[in-house]
Amino acid sequence: MAHATVDHDVHHDHEEKAAYWEGGREAFKASYGKLMMWYFLLSDAFTFAGFLIAYGTLRFSMPTWPVPDFVFQAFPTFGVIPEAWAHHMPLVFVSMMTLILIISSVTMVRAVQEGQQNNKRGVVFWMLLTVLGGAAFLGCQAWEWTTLIKGENVSITRNPFGRHEVNGTYTVDTHGEAYKEGVKAEKFEKGHGYLLHAQTDHVTHQPVLDENGEPKFIHRSFVTDKGEKGELSFGPKAFGALFFFITGFHGFHVFSGVAFLLIIMLNVASGLYERRNNHYEMVEKIGLYWHFVDLVWVFVFLVFYLL
Amino acid sequence: MANVQYKDPEEMIAETGWNDHFHEHHHGDKYQSNFFATYIFSTDHKMISKQFLITGMFWALIGAAMSIIFRLQLGFPEADLSWLQPILGKWIVVNEGIGKLDPEFYYALVTMHGTIIVFFVLTAGLSGTFSNLLIPLQLGARDMASGFLNMLSYWFFFLSSVAMFYSLFLNTGPFAGGWTAYPPLSALPQASSGSGAGMTLWTVSLALFVVSVLLGGMNYITTVLNLRTKGMTMWRMPLTIWAFLVTAILGLLSFPVLLSGLFLMLFDRGLGTSFYLSEIFIGGKALDHVGGSPILYQHLFWFLGHPEVYIIILPAMGLVSEVLATHARKPIFGYRAMVYSMLAIGFLSFIVWAHHMFMSGVNPWISNFFVVFTLIIAVPSAVKVFNWIGTLYGGNIRFNSAMLFSIGFVSMFISGGLTGIFLGNSAIDIQMHDTYFVVAHFHIVMGIAAFFGMFAGIYHWYPKMFGTFMNETLGKIHFWGTIFGAYAIFWPMHYLGMAGVPRRYYSFDAFDAFKHFADTNKFITTAAIVVFALQVMFVINFFYSIWKGKKMTTPNPWLSTTLEWTTPIEAGHGNWVGNLPVVHRWAYDYGKDGKDYIPQIEPMGKDESDSDH
Repeated sequence: MAHATVDHDVHHDHEEKAAYWEGGREAFKASYGKLMMWYFLLSDAFTFAGFLIAYGTLRFSMPTWPVPDFVFQAFPTFGVIPEAWAHHMPLVFVSMMTLILIISSVTMVRAVQEGQQNNKRGVVFWMLLTVLGGAAFLGCQAWEWTTLIKGENVSITRNPFGRHEVNGTYTVDTHGEAYKEGVKAEKFEKGHGYLLHAQTDHVTHQPVLDENGEPKFIHRSFVTDKGEKGELSFGPKAFGALFFFITGFHGFHVFSGVAFLLIIMLNVASGLYERRNNHYEMVEKIGLYWHFVDLVWVFVFLVFYLL
Repeated sequence: MANVQYKDPEEMIAETGWNDHFHEHHHGDKYQSNFFATYIFSTDHKMISKQFLITGMFWALIGAAMSIIFRLQLGFPEADLSWLQPILGKWIVVNEGIGKLDPEFYYALVTMHGTIIVFFVLTAGLSGTFSNLLIPLQLGARDMASGFLNMLSYWFFFLSSVAMFYSLFLNTGPFAGGWTAYPPLSALPQASSGSGAGMTLWTVSLALFVVSVLLGGMNYITTVLNLRTKGMTMWRMPLTIWAFLVTAILGLLSFPVLLSGLFLMLFDRGLGTSFYLSEIFIGGKALDHVGGSPILYQHLFWFLGHPEVYIIILPAMGLVSEVLATHARKPIFGYRAMVYSMLAIGFLSFIVWAHHMFMSGVNPWISNFFVVFTLIIAVPSAVKVFNWIGTLYGGNIRFNSAMLFSIGFVSMFISGGLTGIFLGNSAIDIQMHDTYFVVAHFHIVMGIAAFFGMFAGIYHWYPKMFGTFMNETLGKIHFWGTIFGAYAIFWPMHYLGMAGVPRRYYSFDAFDAFKHFADTNKFITTAAIVVFALQVMFVINFFYSIWKGKKMTTPNPWLSTTLEWTTPIEAGHGNWVGNLPVVHRWAYDYGKDGKDYIPQIEPMGKDESDSDH
């Protein structure tokens, strides 16, 4: 008896599914608006894929590439954390950013859930948290960019970050001058990262500029363990261009997302969707977008920070 | 057969259709309430389709006129072109009374001809027009899923057109580095005069165009999946709709990659990055750019570029399938095979792009894969060709303009397709690449063939669009002149190409080996001028017939089975006056059970079997 019921249900379910494709109904049981959001995201995924493929092509055509653990090790001091620590926290800051973005996806899920239960206040509350999460992420990204641009002199056409290809010993100190009496010569190992520091004025602490208005960099000289002489050079240019371009394009998506979230949140608060009585579908659609932006970040994070 | 009584579709839909409560909403009143909402910022798919078509025709005339000008240079290099000075101004350089086309502008003309015809005419003008017109009408939908985004799709195309059109009048000329815009010519503003502002506008224009295609594509796919009327299963859709669906999917997945490529290009041009630029010397001076990859651009471009040729040809295939079946009064041969072959072509089109790059320094070992996949495309293509011929075989053929152009399409597709098999081989490509053989191949298989599909579509659905017919006599002259003329232009080019004559050259003065082709080039140019004149005649016929053409008196002049012919002659917003039609059968019940045709809205008879699939 029980068997017969199950069979019947399965059969019924199958027919039900087929009926959705027979016309006059929504094929995927999803409204046209939701489908269009899915297709937009699909196309956007291909745009990002294009960028990431460009990244892969250029990166793997380079003989060397900066070390992410070395490049991304700064952390804001907030006036509390000691300077020394703040400069040696590899990937901590970006992990925090990533966590914020992922949490904002969770709050988005809650907003959609509240929408399905027609709880207007709940939707507004959780959307507000999502907006805050997005804004916090953007703030973090602004700080990260500022640190790279102002503090470390990276730009889309210049990259002072490099990677040591051999073991060796520096023959000058970080200012490019002979070691002071009693200072032990600094060693470095293959695979470690380095940063070319800009010369700074002793009085003003501003970078010294050359005739083109570019900062002058200190190319520390060194001797490899095999006894060959050399000096530090710029890392591959493409690093800066790709980093700012791709994280910038993603950041633009986050920014647009925050803007749309705000608008939709205000619409929710005004009762617009309540009157339409469509279970806050607009919230669901922006939710899809938001999760997508989050997912893209996972890939950006992977290629720039982990690989 | 003559005794069969056909019911009036309007009565039938009133009886058997279903009420979707469309007319209970009152937005119909606001809609099309004034001139702007009706003709300019219309959200009605029928109007948007006309906007795409007419903008496309405008561009087709410009693109074709450009080809005539550079053909004059190729066919009659000694001729005095000073009579062109009123239009081309300083691009005609007059020296001792003899006017010559500026070589720089020759490149600009070739570049613009390609860009305009590929993107604006055969993508927007073809898929934009007929996807818009037919998807809602043939599926029994009131309109596109989102009328608003559909309107935006047209207006982004319009903006893109404005940017490109403006670039034609720049002092430095439009972009002149070939329609594929390979770096470094495209990435360095100082590379040539067209690489400055001309290329910036080219990039902006194409970026806007991508937005238009994406907005359109999202709408087409969603409408096909979600807005089919009752009974319109996927397997009952006319092949036109299948073609538009696959086209839209291809566009949605390939154009974004072009957008990525264009963004990187803008950065290289404007901000000094080196995505596409490696070590380059200009005037003996090294540029700052290091480490970029021009091949990267080619990959990104052709990842769009190859699907793009199917974006162009698939809608034409769909239109032709429909027109052939209707005017042969026979069911389409191998309906499911047609659908599967389109899906196969669509899939394969994504994994063959590097066959455009055999000579660009791509690893020859990798080329093997691209050769194999490229040649495999011949299989579904051949399936389609056999099915079209199978449809014609034993048919009760009406040789009207639409049908003639459809048959011409099949002819062109075969001729051009066969040379594709030559070019798909990386070994033969060493000899053939960048010669007139390639020019002949792609013009026949995706230029002329796609145009023939478009013409077939226009002649066939013209009454649906404007309520009148185009002049048949002119239509037939148009067809016979164009098919002979097109072969006269492109057939000889194969010989030029096999002899190694390179494309995109301004003149062949310096090559003794090509001297004996001077007469061939003259012949080609003369044929091109005749064909161009015939297209002007077509355009005149088109516009004249809107107002003065023979009026449509019955809603279904071709005795078609499909739904678009069940709407009133002057279909307003929402397409059907009362109920929506309900579909009971596939789209190809021609000559079944002693009846000439059975419309899709007619319920199955008691002893009738479902003849589809």
